[in-house]
Amino acid sequence: MERSEEAAEAGLTNRWPEILVALFLLAASIIVVIDSIRVGIGWEEGEGPLAGYFPFYIGCILMLSSGWILVGALMKFRRAQPQFATWGELKLVMQMLVPLIFYVAAVIYLGIYVSSLLLIGFFMKVHGKFSWLATAITAIAVPLASFMLFERWFLVPLPKGPIELMLGF
Amino acid sequence: MEEFNNLMHGFSVALTLHNLGFMVLGITLGILIGVLPGLGGANGIAILLPLTFSMDQTSAIIMLSCIYWGALFGGAITSILFNIPGEPWSVATTFDGYPMAQQGRAGAALTAAFTSSFVGAFFAVLLITFLAPLVARFALRFGAAEMFAVQMLTFCSFVGMSKEPPAKTLAVMTLGFALAAVGMDTVTGTLRMTFGYTELLKGFDFLIAVIGLFGIGEILLTMEEGLAFKGKSAKIQFNVVLQTWKELLRYWRTSLRSVLVGCWMGVTPGGATPASFMAYGLARRGAKDKDSFGKGNIEGVVAPETAAHAAGTSALLPMLTLGIPGSPTAAVLLGGLLIWGLQPGPLLFAEKPDFVWGLIASMYLGNIVGLIVVLTTVPWWAAILRIPFSVIGPVIIVICAIGAYTVHNSLFDVVMMLVFGVFGYLFKKLRYPLAPLVLALVLGDMAESSFRQSMLLSQGSLDIFWANPLVAGLMSLSFLMLLWPVIPALKHYLRSR
Repeated sequence: MERSEEAAEAGLTNRWPEILVALFLLAASIIVVIDSIRVGIGWEEGEGPLAGYFPFYIGCILMLSSGWILVGALMKFRRAQPQFATWGELKLVMQMLVPLIFYVAAVIYLGIYVSSLLLIGFFMKVHGKFSWLATAITAIAVPLASFMLFERWFLVPLPKGPIELMLGF
Repeated sequence: MEEFNNLMHGFSVALTLHNLGFMVLGITLGILIGVLPGLGGANGIAILLPLTFSMDQTSAIIMLSCIYWGALFGGAITSILFNIPGEPWSVATTFDGYPMAQQGRAGAALTAAFTSSFVGAFFAVLLITFLAPLVARFALRFGAAEMFAVQMLTFCSFVGMSKEPPAKTLAVMTLGFALAAVGMDTVTGTLRMTFGYTELLKGFDFLIAVIGLFGIGEILLTMEEGLAFKGKSAKIQFNVVLQTWKELLRYWRTSLRSVLVGCWMGVTPGGATPASFMAYGLARRGAKDKDSFGKGNIEGVVAPETAAHAAGTSALLPMLTLGIPGSPTAAVLLGGLLIWGLQPGPLLFAEKPDFVWGLIASMYLGNIVGLIVVLTTVPWWAAILRIPFSVIGPVIIVICAIGAYTVHNSLFDVVMMLVFGVFGYLFKKLRYPLAPLVLALVLGDMAESSFRQSMLLSQGSLDIFWANPLVAGLMSLSFLMLLWPVIPALKHYLRSR
């Protein structure tokens, strides 16, 4: 499935994503190593290895392997790269990711029921081009069903916001 | 025939009307998970786990394992009818299953897939029945060093066996270990990598990681592919089933070979996905008419399905006997057991025989129930896939969010789910394997504590890992696995000199 840069459809190549993910892993490894050194990587007489002993070595391996990936990616920086995704595909992914971010933020402030209603309604109306009626029925039915299933039958509370509070839950 | 008596006792535990009901419910939920994009065995069980908290142990684990069987069955439906693998291990099933459906042989392809799944799982359960008690008894003698060596072997096998670049496997694996170390150190009580955030005190729960990496990540991937489900409708007629069964008998050789491949890959953490590809490749190599593969050869459905199920099922063997799951889904089941206070491992067989044998008996029953359920309900599942993604997509996101929240009733986990989801997408695109990350996150604390216990025993000398033939053998095997990817290069280098 690997396509070269000269492929018909323009898009993002693996070059930068590869480098950025490797950099992220490298940064994570540095955090792990520094914090392990802070809590101690040595041997405490009578207690055994300190808390940072094991994570320190883990961090070192992470540093080596992510460094290896980074060097590999930099070495073939100028060469043709397999395509990560076309711009069209990335746009589709963003159409999902951006509402998803708003949804998670909404869950924190509005609770899960209202935000779910909004998310489903948004997708069905904007992307699915459904009628208002079908949209409304689905968008209300799914949160309502999860309410019955979780709060009523299995007694698992879900996050609620000001609107549920007003309704007395 | 101690095993046999135990098993019969297990059947008496599992075969109550109550538990049979949970079995059917579990299978149905499992198929649903397997059919829907973005929900798979691992994250599906993770999401449904909180629902079982109010149930009794045996029923709960029976239902969870049936969800697992259902998910294994469900993956085949989408592969054959829609050319969309519902699960990674059903990718190989699309090669011949989808062409068969296009030729109007969808019924035969589905019957072949379900039956092969059943056969694969059945042999793997037989293996578990007779081998698991032996492994457990043997493992009772394991000390901390042996335990660590087994875990080491598990992780090194990932590096040695995965198709992904070894550096990437190693990187995500250690990332998993590092994430597992966040929070309070279980031995000394020191806070590690929390940087003053109270949310980080309890560390990263692997269930959240599973929901994000596999659920949200998969949704983003599905979105990228543009979402037109155009599939064949399917109804399975009973005489087609009988005909296909008759035809399948001819492929016993392929089935047997696939069972062996599957069981081997399942017990060692190769997993169902490579097993299915390997079995497909072997079937093609062994066949007389190689060209018919990929164009609707029924053998090309039999081989990967048998192997995937044999692997998926036998992955439970190391999980039950050693506490080391062979796949992410087995890891989630392990997480479930831990929540009920059942510590999988050799002691489980001695201390909770009721539970263990009830579970094993439910594997037999669950697969039989599963086969019947899938054969009779296929048209409904195919109908579900015709619901547009603009409805299914957001609903799955809602289900994932609910699942992530209910693990610890924490909104922070919902945010983490999103973060893991984005990384799941990036990792998948850049060919970082996800399974080692999840397993390292699950086993991190256990591996660390067995390592530290070994160090305490030996007063800090690494010699303890070479102290007896068993532990030395396991360690040597681990290093062999670790170096496996560089051996061809090494050979090449030596030859050129």
